[in-house]
Amino acid sequence: MDNEILELLDRDSNLTARDIAVMLEADESEIERRIDYFKNEGIIVGNKIMINWRKTSREFVTALIELKVTPQFGRGFDQIAERFYQYEQVKSVYLMSGAYDLALQIEGTNLNEVALFVAEKLAPMDAVVSTATHFVLKKYKEDGIMFENKPSDDRQVMVL
Amino acid sequence: MTSSFDPEKLLNKTLVSLPPSGIRKLFDIASTMDNVISLGIGEPDFITPWHIRNAGIRSLEKGRTQYTSNSGLGELRSQTAKYLKRRFGMDYNADEILITVGGSEAIDLTMRAFISPGDEVIVPQPSFVCYGPLAELAGAVPVYLELKTENDFRLTAAQLREKITSKTKLIVLPFPNNPTGSVLEADELKEIADVIRRTDAAVLSDEIYAELTYTGKRHVSVSSLPGMRERTVVVSGFSKAFAMTGWRLGYAAAPANIIKALTKLHQYAIMCAPSASQYAAIEALSEGDGDIEEMKREYDHRRRLIVDGFNSAGLTCFEPKGAFYCFPCIKSTGLSSDEFCRRLLEEQKVALVPGNAFGSSGEGFVRASYAYSIEHIKSAIAGIIRFVGSLRK
Repeated sequence: MDNEILELLDRDSNLTARDIAVMLEADESEIERRIDYFKNEGIIVGNKIMINWRKTSREFVTALIELKVTPQFGRGFDQIAERFYQYEQVKSVYLMSGAYDLALQIEGTNLNEVALFVAEKLAPMDAVVSTATHFVLKKYKEDGIMFENKPSDDRQVMVL
Repeated sequence: MTSSFDPEKLLNKTLVSLPPSGIRKLFDIASTMDNVISLGIGEPDFITPWHIRNAGIRSLEKGRTQYTSNSGLGELRSQTAKYLKRRFGMDYNADEILITVGGSEAIDLTMRAFISPGDEVIVPQPSFVCYGPLAELAGAVPVYLELKTENDFRLTAAQLREKITSKTKLIVLPFPNNPTGSVLEADELKEIADVIRRTDAAVLSDEIYAELTYTGKRHVSVSSLPGMRERTVVVSGFSKAFAMTGWRLGYAAAPANIIKALTKLHQYAIMCAPSASQYAAIEALSEGDGDIEEMKREYDHRRRLIVDGFNSAGLTCFEPKGAFYCFPCIKSTGLSSDEFCRRLLEEQKVALVPGNAFGSSGEGFVRASYAYSIEHIKSAIAGIIRFVGSLRK
C-alpha cells in the first residue's frame, strides 16, 4: 500500500489523509502514520506546486550544463556534486552515465547571469574538466505535467 | 403543391412520438451557465492512450484510407476473438465477430435483425436510454422491467420470469449497468440463464462496461453459461475500455449464423466501420491491457471517493461495482429527481442527471459519473453537501 499512497500524493499533494483512506479503503489514522513515516525517513522530501512561469511576467532563463569532472581519490563524485548543489542557482544535479558525468540545471534572470555563473563558479573548480551549456528555449512537459497544450475537458453533451 | 404541405407529417410516426432523451434536458440549461461543475457526462475523461492514437495516425500516413471488408479487418476480428478469450474466457472465432460503428450500432442491428412487428423486447430499467426507442423503431413493443432498489438494481430471475410471454423475442441484459453501476454475478446470471433457456427468446447482452468492474471479480458474460451462447448477441466496444469514444468503434459477438444476419444489415446501412479506427483498435487489443488496468485503478479510487462523498452528504449510495457511475438516492430530501437536479444546478452549479431519465424506476435517484478528476469530484461533492445542508435548515 505504501507505493499506492505515494503515487496518489505524487500526482496531487493536496489530498488529505482522509481522501487517501477513502480511495484505498484504508484506515485514516494508518494513512497518517504512513505519511509521517515517509517524512521522517526522507521518502517524502518536499511538497511543491508546478508553475508555468512563462505565463507570468517573471524574467528567467534555464540552462542544462553538462560537466565532465575528475573524481579525486577518496572523494568520489558525491563530494563534487555537493560542491555544486549548494549553490542556490543550481536547481537540479544528476550523476549521469555516458558522455559526461554530471548534469546540472541552472536558473538565472538572464543569459548573461547564467553564462557568468558557469564561467566564474563552475568551470574554475579543480575537478571540472569541461562544461557545455545548453539554454532551455521552451518547456513542454516536466514531471509528467504538460506545460503546453494542456488537455482541456471538451467533452460534449451526449445522450448516454 | 399546396401551401399546407408539411414535411413533418411525412416523418415516421413512431419516431415522432418518441420522447427526447431526458439526459439532454438539464444539460441544455447547464450549457447556458458559466463554471458549471458537471458530473453528468457518461464518457471517459481519459484521452485515448498515445500508442493507440499513433496507430491510427500511422494508418493514415500509410494511406490506408479505403473501406475495409464489411465485417471489419480480419486482423481486428481475430484480435477481438483473442481478447474476449484472454480477458473473459469467452469462446468466439473471428467469423463470429462483426465490427460496428460503436456498441450502439450493434444494439440497433441486433434489434432490427431479430424483431418482427408485434414482438416483445424486455428492457430492464434504469438503463441506457436507447434500448426501448430502438426496439420500438424496429416494430417491437418494449416491455420495461423495473429493477428494484432493494436488490441494488440487479436483475433477478423471478422478475424476469414474470415478464416473459409467448411474444418475447429479445431480452436485454444491460450489465455492468449505466446508470446504476450494478453488475450481475455468476450465480445470479446462472439463475437468469435457467429462466431464459426455457424460452424461445434471444439475448442482447450489452457488455460495453465489462472491463470496468471493481470488487476484484471479473465480469462474467451470460454467453459463457451453458446453452446461452447460441442465443446471445454480446455487444461491446472500444469506447469505455480504451477511452476511444470518438473513434466510434464497437462489435457484436454471436454465433456465425446470427453474425451473418447482422452483417447483411450492416453492409446495407453502414458499409463498414471507419478504417483508421479499426487500425487503432488492433493496437488497443494487442498492446492495451496495461492501459485498461491503469484507467480502472484510477476509476476505482474515484468510485470510492464519490460514494463516500454522497454518503457524507446524507444521500445513501449503494456500492456501484461496475461502469463509472454511482446512483445515490435523493428521496430523503423530499424532492423529485428533476427538482433536485434543477435546484442543485441553479443553486450550486453542480450538474447531475435525474435518475428518471433512465426509466421511471430511477425516480428518487440521480446519476453521477466519476469519469472526472479527483479535484473535480471533490468540488462537486462540496457543492452537493452545501445544497443538501441548505435543504435541511
